[in-house]
Amino acid sequence: MTPASHYPQTILGLVPYRPMNPTHSRNLKEKTMLATITLAGTVTAQGPVVSAHADGRVTIADGLRRLTGWPVSRVLKGTLSALAVALLALGAAPSKVQAESLLNVSYDPTRELYRELNEAFAAFWTAQGNEAPSIEVSHGGSGSQARAVIDGLEAQVVTLALASDIDKIAAAGKLPADWQSKLPHNSSPYTSTIVFLVREGNPKGIKDWGDLVAEGVEVITPNPKTSGGARWNYLAAWAWAEKNGKDPKEFVGALYKNVPVLDTGARGSTTTFAQRGIGDVLLAWENEAYLALNEIGEDQFDIVVPSVSVLAEPPVALVEGNIKSDDQRKLAEAYLDYIYSPEGQALAFKHYYRAWDNSKANPEDVARFPQLELVDIASFGGWAKVQPEHFGDGGIFDQIYVPK
Amino acid sequence: MGRPLIHRSPMPGLGLSLGITLTMLSLVVLLPIGALLLKGANYGLAGIWETVNRERVWAALFLSFRLSLLAALFNLVFGVVLAWVLVRYRFPGRRILDAVVDLPFALPTAVAGIALTALYAPNGLFGQLAAGIGWKIAYTQWGIFIALVFVGLPFVTRTVQPVVEEIEREVEEASATLGASRLHTIRHVILPMLTPAALTGFALALARAVGEYGSVIFIAGNIPLVTEIAPLLIVIQLEEFNYDAAAAIGIAMLLISFAMLLVINLIQVWSRRRIGYV
Repeated sequence: MTPASHYPQTILGLVPYRPMNPTHSRNLKEKTMLATITLAGTVTAQGPVVSAHADGRVTIADGLRRLTGWPVSRVLKGTLSALAVALLALGAAPSKVQAESLLNVSYDPTRELYRELNEAFAAFWTAQGNEAPSIEVSHGGSGSQARAVIDGLEAQVVTLALASDIDKIAAAGKLPADWQSKLPHNSSPYTSTIVFLVREGNPKGIKDWGDLVAEGVEVITPNPKTSGGARWNYLAAWAWAEKNGKDPKEFVGALYKNVPVLDTGARGSTTTFAQRGIGDVLLAWENEAYLALNEIGEDQFDIVVPSVSVLAEPPVALVEGNIKSDDQRKLAEAYLDYIYSPEGQALAFKHYYRAWDNSKANPEDVARFPQLELVDIASFGGWAKVQPEHFGDGGIFDQIYVPK
Repeated sequence: MGRPLIHRSPMPGLGLSLGITLTMLSLVVLLPIGALLLKGANYGLAGIWETVNRERVWAALFLSFRLSLLAALFNLVFGVVLAWVLVRYRFPGRRILDAVVDLPFALPTAVAGIALTALYAPNGLFGQLAAGIGWKIAYTQWGIFIALVFVGLPFVTRTVQPVVEEIEREVEEASATLGASRLHTIRHVILPMLTPAALTGFALALARAVGEYGSVIFIAGNIPLVTEIAPLLIVIQLEEFNYDAAAAIGIAMLLISFAMLLVINLIQVWSRRRIGYV
C-alpha cells in the first residue's frame, strides 16, 4: 500500500481531492461497526456501535460519551424519497396542456412581424367568440429550428425560411410530403428578396453584383451552410452571373473570396456590418436592410437594389403530427389563414415583406418596394435539387474553400 | 495472508454513496458519450475516417487543438502568477480581484464572445489601437486565442491557489538559509510543489478550450481553412441534418482530447514520481 499520500490526489487525473482521514479509518478493526446517527434531527455523530435498540435507534461511543440516536441512513432514505417525489411532481406539472395554445416555430428575422401579427390574431380570434388563445413564437436559425421540431419540439405551426427545412420535418413524418400545395402561393404568405446595404454615400460605388468581386471590396454575408438567408444570397449572385454571361461557379467563388467574416446567421452578419464596422457591403434580406436603417440610423447606410435578385419564399405549414385536439387544429388553421387575410398581409407589408394581397395595406408600405427582376427557386430546379448540389457535403459551395 | 476480494470499508454509507456516484456519472457523462459512440458505430469506422480525412476537417481540428494548447499554456503561466499574487501579497482590492477571476465561469459564453468582439473589432476600444500598428485581432486566429484564454483563465488559478496557500514560508526560509538563491528556490522548491495542481488546471483549461463554441463563434470570422474551429464544423453538419458526419467529427475530437489528457496525466504521474509527494 502506498504511504499516507496527502495532496493532491486526483480523480482521473483531473479533479483534486483529499482522501478522508485515511490513517484514522485504517486503524479501526474491521469487526467494529461504525454508524452515523442524528441527534435532534440536525446534529450528526459518528462512532462504533455499542448497542442497537428495539425501536431502531442505536447507541454509539463517541470518545467518552455514549450517544443514542437514529441511524442516518433512515433519515437519508426518507429525504431522498421525498426529493424524488418532489422532482417527479415538478416534471409532471407543466405537461398539463391548455387546449387553446399554439407554438409557432419561426426563423430569425420574423420577430417583429409575428409579435404584431400574434396580437392582431388574438384580437380577431376573441372577437369571433373564442377564448383568448396563448400563442408563443420561437425564433432561431431556420435549420436548427427545423431540427428542434424533428427532435420533438411540439410546434403546431412552422414558419421557416426555406421549404427544404420543412421538407426535412415532413421526411421525419410530422406532416404530409405534399404540405406545400395545401396553402396558396406555394404556402408562402409573404416573400422577400436580397438587397445590398452599403455605407452612407456608397464610397465603393457598388451598383450591382458585378461590383462585389472587385479588388478591395469586402462583402459581409453569413455562411450558407448554417444560415437559410445566406443560401438566398448565394443563389441571387448565381442568378446574376447566369444572366450576364459569366461562369456562375467562378463568379460565386470570387465573391466569397471577398468575404472576411462568415457569421453563422443573418442577424450576426448584420451586427458585424452595422456595429463592428466590418466590410463595405452587406447582403441582406430586404426587411433586415430596412430594419437596420430604422434601428441604427438612415444617415449611416444606403440600400442598393441590384438588377437581379431572388424571390425568396419563406413557407408556412401546419405540423399535423403535433396537433393534439380538434380545437387546436381549428386554432392553428385559423392562425395560418389569418396570415393570408388582408389584415395579415397588411402587417407583412408593414414589416417590409413583399406580400400578395395589398387591399388593406398602407399604400406607402407597398410603394416603397423598388421593382427588380426576381428569380424564383423553381428556375434553379427546386430545393430538392439545389440543396444537395450547392450546399450539400462536398457541394459547389464547399468546393470554393478547397485549397488549390 | 488471505485478503478478501472486497474490503468492507469501516466507513458507513459506501453502498449508498457509490450508488449515487455511479448513477450520476452514468446519467450525466456516460450516457451522452455512449449515445455519441453508438451513432458513430452505426456509421462505421470507414465512414468516420472518410468524414474526418478531408483537408477542411483536418485544418479545423488542427486549428482548434493548436490554439487550445497555446491558450492553455498561456493560462498555465499567468494563472500560476495570478494565484501566487492573490495568495502571497496583501494589497487594496485584492478580494475584488480574487472575485473577478471567477467571472469567465459565470458569464454566458455568448456574452463573453460579443463583448470581446466589440472590444477587439477594428472599431473597438483595443481593436483601434491594434489596427494603428497594423495588427488585426478580431476575425483572425488572434481573436480565437483571446477568447480561449478568457474562458480558461480561472481553471489554473483556482487549482493552484489552495496549494500556494499551503506552502509554508519556513520552506522558503530554510532554502534561503541553506544558501539557495531566489531563482534556485523557485525552481527547485516552489515549482515542484505547484506542478501537479498546475497541470490539473492546465488540463481543465485545455479541455474547456477545445470544446468552446459560444464565445469563439462571434470573434473567429469562421472562414473555412483559416478561422473555422472544429465545433463549428459539427454544427454545420447538423444544419445539413447530417447526424452521422457530426458524430464522426465529435468522436475524432473526443479521441484527440482523450489522448491529450492521457499524456498530461502521464506527465503528472512522472513528475510526482520524480519529485515525490509534497
